[in-house]
Amino acid sequence: MYSKTVMDHFRKPRNVGVIEGASGVGEVGNPLCGDMMTIYLQVKNERIDDIKFQTFGCGAAIAVSSMLTEMAKGKTIEEAKNISNKDVADALEGLPKNKLHCSNLGADALHIAIKDYESKKAKKAIPEQEKNEPQTSHGGEKCYCPYCDAELESGEAQCKSCQLSSIEDHRSSNKKEGVQ
Amino acid sequence: MNIINLDHMSANPLLPEVQDAMIEALKSNHGNPSSQHKLGDMAANALEKARESVARLLNSNSPKEVVFTSGGTESINHAIKGVALAKAEKGKHIVTSNIEHNAVLRTLRRLKMMDYHVTSVPVDNTGRVNPLDVAKAIQDDTVLVSIMHSNNEIGTIQPIEEIAKITKEKKVLLHTDAVDSVGVIPMDVQKLGVDLLSFASNTFYGPSGAGGLYIRKGVAVWPLLDGGVQENNKRAGTENLIGIIGTGVAADLALRDMDKRIAHAKKLKGLLLRELPNYVTEYILNGHPELSLPHLASISIKYVEGESVVLMLDDENIAVSTRSACAAGALQASHVLLSIGRDFADAQGTLVITFGVDNGEKDVTTFLSALREAVKTLREISPLYPKAAHA
Repeated sequence: MYSKTVMDHFRKPRNVGVIEGASGVGEVGNPLCGDMMTIYLQVKNERIDDIKFQTFGCGAAIAVSSMLTEMAKGKTIEEAKNISNKDVADALEGLPKNKLHCSNLGADALHIAIKDYESKKAKKAIPEQEKNEPQTSHGGEKCYCPYCDAELESGEAQCKSCQLSSIEDHRSSNKKEGVQ
Repeated sequence: MNIINLDHMSANPLLPEVQDAMIEALKSNHGNPSSQHKLGDMAANALEKARESVARLLNSNSPKEVVFTSGGTESINHAIKGVALAKAEKGKHIVTSNIEHNAVLRTLRRLKMMDYHVTSVPVDNTGRVNPLDVAKAIQDDTVLVSIMHSNNEIGTIQPIEEIAKITKEKKVLLHTDAVDSVGVIPMDVQKLGVDLLSFASNTFYGPSGAGGLYIRKGVAVWPLLDGGVQENNKRAGTENLIGIIGTGVAADLALRDMDKRIAHAKKLKGLLLRELPNYVTEYILNGHPELSLPHLASISIKYVEGESVVLMLDDENIAVSTRSACAAGALQASHVLLSIGRDFADAQGTLVITFGVDNGEKDVTTFLSALREAVKTLREISPLYPKAAHA
């Protein structure tokens, strides 16, 4: 199912961990899809000196995090901004179609971490509460209906047309139709 | 390679006796059971012998009530669509539960496209349907209730006998998806009171691609496949004789060895559940503590994701499942686990362990040691694992 490179990064993930006092933190994820990812950056002279990740997710999500950190390490901030979802998936020799959203998660986490770094650098007045809470994004990671593969809005377990009525719906529709 | 199979739910090995019977059948020059000559007679005899074996396993009144199919999915489609089409003039409402297998759910979704409507009843946090909810959901135009006998992800066994009393009283047909029960636990269609029951041969160490549908005498069901008059006019197409012969032998063995197999599975499951806290902390056991399949354990391990655990155990040559193998391609959390109250993250960390006749106690301890390492590694990576609390 997975390429050799994916399995290699899954078995021996690079750059796992947390950077205390990181220059930038990016957290993405949606437990509905089952994946959450946090990227920590240590930036020196506009270059990513160190990068670490934590991931809760499938084999692809862990491999994407690992590969992404390898790709970003040592790059300048401007270079790192150009790392795309596709670059990560390509470097992993491809991902199964239903796992492509994991690569979106990776690049998103990196880009949010970079934004976090830049806003800290610009010494923007970030409210105390926000500082403590890493930014969370729900962009990029699309979820699909398990029954018909239609794209889902966040929070739905299945698409509207695939939902069966519950007893409650059934009772209210009975009321409407004057049954019982 | 020596692989420890703790995923019997996904695929059971063929028992040697089943293999022998199928190989012999493969080599023999059997005819078509519908033919009027000796070769045809030989095939027809083998077919009916297997049908009798399955009828005994189900305690059916007559072998004529058993229709051979290509397996559980076809049987379920046949039962639901067959009743829906046969009863379309009476009504187009079907009642089911929130934790059915996709074979049931997707069949019902297909019927929804053809103006049928479906009411799905909830389950409690052990995965049990309340028969009173089924009674409430039945309305004037209800033609069928389809509730599974046991669940493939959490093992919970449903109160089918009580539900059957309700459907009988309300004159509605009852189908049960017993794919994970038949050949594993005692099955008696007369005592259960069901009108239709689906089963798959691989569940009891018969071949995959074979199974059947019990249709109580007198119940009108449209065929899924039209053509010849095979299977008492209920399923057209030349029979999969090799698979059916394997099914018959496997059914005989299941009936003969059932008590022994249940005792063996209970011993292994008991050992697993007793020892688990010594290897892994923070997990939830899913399903009903007693009314459950004896060979299945469903465990939601916190702060880790199931597929990662499966891949790591696979590196140690241990096969387990996360949710059902059929659901592994979907990215959604299991509807079964969400229905019994697991949250999304806990549902994602769910392993389904199913024991079989080829497992021993050593397999359990080998699994537990490997599981401990996998969970430890994955929790170190996981942002959800509250490290401070575990320091």
